[in-house]
Amino acid sequence: MSSEPISPQTTPATGMIRTLGLISTLCGLIIVAAYQGSFNAVQDNKRIALERAVFKVIPEATSIVEFLAPPSGPVVKAASAESPQQAGWVRFYAGYDNAGALRGIAAEGVAKGYADNVRILFSYDPARHEIPRFSVVSMRETPGIGDKILKDKAFIANFPLDAKLSADLKTLANAIRTVKNGSKANPWEIDAISGATITSRAVGKAINDAAQTLLPRIGESLDSIKEKP
Amino acid sequence: MTPMNARTWDEFMEGIWRQNPIFVMTLGMCPTLAVTVSAINALSMGLSTALVLIASCALISMMRNIVPKEVRIAVYIVIIATFVTVVDYAIQAISLSLYDALGAFIQLIVVNCIILGRAEAHAAKNPPLTAMINAAGMGIGFTIGLLSLGVVREILGSGTLFGLSLFGSDFQPWVVMVLPPGGFFVLGSWLLFFALLERRKQRKLAEAANV
Repeated sequence: MSSEPISPQTTPATGMIRTLGLISTLCGLIIVAAYQGSFNAVQDNKRIALERAVFKVIPEATSIVEFLAPPSGPVVKAASAESPQQAGWVRFYAGYDNAGALRGIAAEGVAKGYADNVRILFSYDPARHEIPRFSVVSMRETPGIGDKILKDKAFIANFPLDAKLSADLKTLANAIRTVKNGSKANPWEIDAISGATITSRAVGKAINDAAQTLLPRIGESLDSIKEKP
Repeated sequence: MTPMNARTWDEFMEGIWRQNPIFVMTLGMCPTLAVTVSAINALSMGLSTALVLIASCALISMMRNIVPKEVRIAVYIVIIATFVTVVDYAIQAISLSLYDALGAFIQLIVVNCIILGRAEAHAAKNPPLTAMINAAGMGIGFTIGLLSLGVVREILGSGTLFGLSLFGSDFQPWVVMVLPPGGFFVLGSWLLFFALLERRKQRKLAEAANV
């Protein structure tokens, strides 16, 4: 009787590498095919979603042109929705009516809410220096509590917000901020929803952070974008 | 029914009733509790998982004779991740709002134990058609389970079904139903219901055996 242990049969390394290589190649081809096949549809969906969001905050607009605002200097028209954005540049959307006149500017803002980031799109009226509307792009706030910012009439009545620039045109004259429910005293303040303070504060912070960065930059280039390019 | 058709039917029904992934095997609990806040989300997640399950099991079954056992888990994960990526792109192409609603849970289908479990336990040992039929049954069973939770949670927690209002604007929603604790309550209730059914069946079998 043999006393030698029977060694388990193992696959040679070359066999394993060959099989892994084959399967990786096949899976790679499947992924690339899926990406290519869905690319146009995904781009269309993103463009439609963006247009819907911008028209919601600038209802008088019938067409949109996308711009990029550099840290200094005039704004430039964005080449495409997916054109890579340089660091420090801010993307915004100009809404024009049928006559090609500028009816408002829309920009995104984001701030931490209760559950996750609250992404909003707000509009700016350059003629009146105010922020008339905002809408929510995405949020994961508690249903029935944080999501009141979408429908609460008193919260929506906070708008339009005053967004005048300071004398040196480098910042807003008054920072937009959310105050305790019932204590709004100025047109640049937002009355928080009682019981939904954190989400209300996120809206105020998102608008303020974005407006402080963008609005001073737009001031210089306003004449060049008043008519649709 | 011929023996072949009976066996095929058994393979298909295994995942829907006898080995339902949610109510019997209690697998895939993370998406089950997190995504079933509405019926449409539950249906979309269920169908996405089913598609990944069928495609992965088909490919794994086709490759079962050439995949060395030492690297089989790595191979299964690569194949499952590939089809999850395909479904991810497909959902973005169909509806961005649905994609936002399902969020990170689409990518988490890769680590759903139902899929890796079926690949190892069934697809790796059976021909492609059998594997696909069994995967289809499992996927439909998972979808039915998700829908059972999604429908109840949406009706009680939002007063709607598939977005359509059922009770009018005066309805006060039971908000906890669309929060995490509500998921546990509804799942527990369904498990209790099926346990009671099983106990009644066992009692009847015992009484029939004693007669």
